[in-house]
Amino acid sequence: MSKSRMLPMIIVVLFVAATAGAALEVMSVQVKNGQLRSSPSFLAGPVAEVAYCDPVEVLRQQGDWMEVNAPGGKKGWIHQSALTKKKMSLGAGGKNPELGASSDEVALAGKGFNADVESRYRTAHRSVDFAWVDRMELMRISPEETVAFLRDGGVKPQAGGVK
Amino acid sequence: MRLCSRFSVPVFVLATLCLALSLSIRDCRAASLGDVLRIPGGVVNSGQADSIVRGAKAIGKTFQDITPEQEYYIGRAVAATILQSYRPYPDEEANRYLNVLGQSLAQASDRPETFGGYHFLILDSEEINAFAAPGGLILVTRGMLRLCRDEDQVAAVLAHEIGHIKGRHGLRAIRTSRLTTAFTVLAAEGAKNFGGSQVAQLTEAFEGSVSDVTATLTNSGYSRELEREADQEAVAILIRIGYDPGALSSMLQEMDKRMVRSGPGFAKTHPDPKDRVQAIGARAGTSSRTAPPPERKKRFDLFMSKV
Repeated sequence: MSKSRMLPMIIVVLFVAATAGAALEVMSVQVKNGQLRSSPSFLAGPVAEVAYCDPVEVLRQQGDWMEVNAPGGKKGWIHQSALTKKKMSLGAGGKNPELGASSDEVALAGKGFNADVESRYRTAHRSVDFAWVDRMELMRISPEETVAFLRDGGVKPQAGGVK
Repeated sequence: MRLCSRFSVPVFVLATLCLALSLSIRDCRAASLGDVLRIPGGVVNSGQADSIVRGAKAIGKTFQDITPEQEYYIGRAVAATILQSYRPYPDEEANRYLNVLGQSLAQASDRPETFGGYHFLILDSEEINAFAAPGGLILVTRGMLRLCRDEDQVAAVLAHEIGHIKGRHGLRAIRTSRLTTAFTVLAAEGAKNFGGSQVAQLTEAFEGSVSDVTATLTNSGYSRELEREADQEAVAILIRIGYDPGALSSMLQEMDKRMVRSGPGFAKTHPDPKDRVQAIGARAGTSSRTAPPPERKKRFDLFMSKV
């Protein structure tokens, strides 16, 4: 191979090497209880749980699903609606109190409309009863239950439910 | 080896230049207005400049900037407010069935994950109605459920409500001025602890937001466009999960027969069912409806006997 053709090749190799490291995007969990699943499908069983604000490293994407590495050596697929590109900070008293909400790249967990605001709202509106809302939230259905429900009722998801 | 040593210096220089260029572009974006306002000897001091920048950012924000966590708190208060006017129907088994079915549908939607998850509750009312409070709290009346002839139709009703959650339609009802207040307070305070006046301002913006969403759900209703969007999402969910997409059209036709157009509830807050059936179109026609499998029919009949 001629020397003149080697230079562009070296540049390409260097660029690929440099971008490979940057390809692992870090996202944050933006839901209270996120589930990692064994494959990219709503029919796949859960393998681990991730918590609000957990940073996850995106390994690859398939449709709306992302395979991620999560804290504690956990790995699995999670739907993109559970993740945000913003860094999550626990806000005052949290892990990164130096981060300000004025940055559009950072979301402060527990700030804005939060439990404290709800508590003040409830004090001002005594007739609004949250008891049934709390009861609703206690009704939790596992992924196994939904899969069994569909199977027993002869409901057949399309293409294995990959979405 | 000779080749390598000969080209390594220019390549290194080139890579360094690329890195420097990308960093400088990023810094330019980050600086902009704040630095311009902070010019030494300028008319505003640095604190004022920061405040102007934060205010400008807050004004530019919309319902889309509401985090799922904040959406969750708005939704809780909206659902609690609706539950002031409608009594819950406490049958454990009937609510369990609705939740398993609803959860299955939500998982097949384009937004399976919300901050607090999807939860469903039957309302003890003869009125034909259903509500989707932001974040995933869905309320359906006995009157609406009694119109359903099979599980697929119940699925169609729930999938439509899930469509509203997916599109965050409830949050669109919130007046911009309330959001601007909330975002300005947040931006100004950052990670510091809020003072009493900021919390009072936030609570006021929260009260207003809850009231805007509740009024839309119970009185004015969404636009035709948003209803069409929720119907389309419902059809997509039904097809994806394996229920009959024609169930939505047939349910709408049933509603058209039973509802008094000038009456309360769904009739007041939704477009004419005939128009909606037309908008759904051939994708979910009613002609291909077949009898559900025996096990599905059995559990639906058991559910209806409790509702």
